Amino acid sequence: MTSGGVTARDEVLGRVRAALGELRVTLPGVPRGYHGAGAEPVDLDLLVDRLRDYHALVRTNGDGHTVAGLLADAVRERGARSFVVPAGVPPAWLEALGSGVLVDDGTLTPVDLDAVDGVVTGCALAIAETGTIVLDASADQGRRLLSLVPDYHLCVVREEDVVATVPDAVARLDPTRPLTWISGPSATSDIELERVEGVHGPRTLEVILVPAAADPRPPSTPGQSSEAPVQS
Amino acid sequence: MTSTFLGLPTVAATDTEHLRGEPFPVAARRALADGQLRANLGRATRTIRAKRQAVVDEVDDWQELREAGRALKAATMARLDEHLEQLEAAVTARGGTVHWARDAAEANAVVTELVRATGSDEVVKVKSMATQEIGLNEALASAGIAALETDLAELIVQLGNDRPSHILVPAIHRNRAEIREIFRREMPGVDPDLTDDPRQLAMAARRFLRSKFLSARVAVSGANFAVAETGTLAVVESEGNGRMCLTLPQTLITVMGIEKLVPAWQDLEVFLQLLPRSSTGERMNPYTSMWTGVTPGDGPQDVHLVLLDNGRTATLADEVGREALHCIRCSACLNVCPVYERVGGHAYGSVYPGPIGAVLSPQLTGVEQNATLPYASSLCGACLDVCPVKIDIPSLLVHLRAQHVEQHRATHRLPSPEAVTMAAAGWVMGDERRFAAAQRAGGAGRLLGGRRGVIATLPPPLAGWTSSRDLPAPPAESFRAWWRRTRGESS
Repeated sequence: MTSGGVTARDEVLGRVRAALGELRVTLPGVPRGYHGAGAEPVDLDLLVDRLRDYHALVRTNGDGHTVAGLLADAVRERGARSFVVPAGVPPAWLEALGSGVLVDDGTLTPVDLDAVDGVVTGCALAIAETGTIVLDASADQGRRLLSLVPDYHLCVVREEDVVATVPDAVARLDPTRPLTWISGPSATSDIELERVEGVHGPRTLEVILVPAAADPRPPSTPGQSSEAPVQS
Repeated sequence: MTSTFLGLPTVAATDTEHLRGEPFPVAARRALADGQLRANLGRATRTIRAKRQAVVDEVDDWQELREAGRALKAATMARLDEHLEQLEAAVTARGGTVHWARDAAEANAVVTELVRATGSDEVVKVKSMATQEIGLNEALASAGIAALETDLAELIVQLGNDRPSHILVPAIHRNRAEIREIFRREMPGVDPDLTDDPRQLAMAARRFLRSKFLSARVAVSGANFAVAETGTLAVVESEGNGRMCLTLPQTLITVMGIEKLVPAWQDLEVFLQLLPRSSTGERMNPYTSMWTGVTPGDGPQDVHLVLLDNGRTATLADEVGREALHCIRCSACLNVCPVYERVGGHAYGSVYPGPIGAVLSPQLTGVEQNATLPYASSLCGACLDVCPVKIDIPSLLVHLRAQHVEQHRATHRLPSPEAVTMAAAGWVMGDERRFAAAQRAGGAGRLLGGRRGVIATLPPPLAGWTSSRDLPAPPAESFRAWWRRTRGESS
């Protein structure tokens, strides 16, 4: 949009330059004295504790269960009949989920997803310190709407994908992918600042935390977390 | 420093409807008379203060994070033009479209045109301070486009035909019983037996908005952060309404102030720790969405970013005042402010209330358009202590007060009563004998003191001082007189 021949872009940038003046101050570098990436060890117990603190459900393979067994347990206990999964989940997950599973082919609409009971995804990584799971739309996580519309989100986290802190997560994630950081079920504090869980996002978040050995994936399966672009 | 305006061609916001109201003392007096408001605010701010303190105390490098946050924002401002151009290039390269707006009217026109082009007459909105500031909802309504707020507190404000009173929780001035009444009265299809249980109220909002989300074609959002280096935008939220708006519609229009940049992707590692703990008092908010332009096959395929000036470059031109642009809108300063806790957000007359509003709003509009806000503070400094990016709000308030005094002097032939008083005080205190005489005379002020030893009302022209405060009655004897009497003549 123009006014008097000058575009808004040129005028706003011109104002910024005028405001900063001819002689730019040279600022000292940013002091990064905080604990950066790699500064803290990964603590899996802390992750479980922080997830539960924000009322996510957590299953671990303490008894040496495979991810398929844990998935089957979760689905049975939940009583959920229909599930959607992204196209890139390992075949073992599909077997565990049984016949009611819908594989996203990219055409499912929000209304379709509103009719299913739950969604099962993997994740790019999890952050122990904050109890956060990050999805980056890799093949085992799928389009963003899959983990949003269904009321129950069951997420498989491999222990190898757990990082200690927020700086560790930022260092590993690829910002050009669509990222969704999830910390517990959806919540609001808008009424008298009292936390109420379960608003528009999934009202139940359940996490299955297993070592990679308990989640075997065929080498050709796209979307393994090792295939997600990683920044070092 | 009295004024650092250098006569540069930056301009304050011209449409200031959402940035200024009636004078603060007038609005504050009315708010103070509302006992229900004070009870609601006191309860809510006490709760959030305790939550914030608990999660901040967990972090042993909090002060280092704050210092990094401060320095990152200062670095952003020092090269803002370069960062903006970098952001524009990155967003464009990833399939997004960048628009620029000099002021509110221009931003509203850009958004209206973009919505019209989709053929939709309805948009869903994620809570956004920038769109509140420019009055986007009203502008869209006058173009025949309905804007539906989807954040619970914004929805409460919108349905109640009310104004937001807090940056984070715009309906903080409403308690659960009032919210139930608003929902029962205004929410289509609501259960008439709705109770005031917060969970039930939240579920009512979920039901009401569900079908809107599933069918929405256009969404309007703000942005908490934009990464210049990568073109990545981030929205930090709790309810999932943000994810719904950012993911389901075909078209996404984001309106963002030009100051909300961070230079590099890595910088988010600082702000994603500072913001949730300062804001909602959580280690991490339930949902943060980040997107970079268009992702084929996933989410909106028509992505726009509107970069808004609206007085920000005028603020940037003030070397001292520009620090207000560092704000990441956490609202921690509101929650600790003794003035905010008592008068609430509406008294500030701006969508940006509280301590940060008192330094930001007058700079966006020009100080003379908002001259009472820099005085809406006791300068106690609690806001600086909690600010995650260490904005020195008390010093900024004093700086703006000085600007106001300078501008008043420059534009009025008669000096203000305050200036006359200060000049007189300067004359008296500049000479020892005059000062001693004045102190003896001041003792007579005891006659004005009531039984509690305070003067509630001074006679004119000094009445202005006591209109909002009591004055302690002067002591019978000054310190200097006491010293001379008890220690004898000193050197």
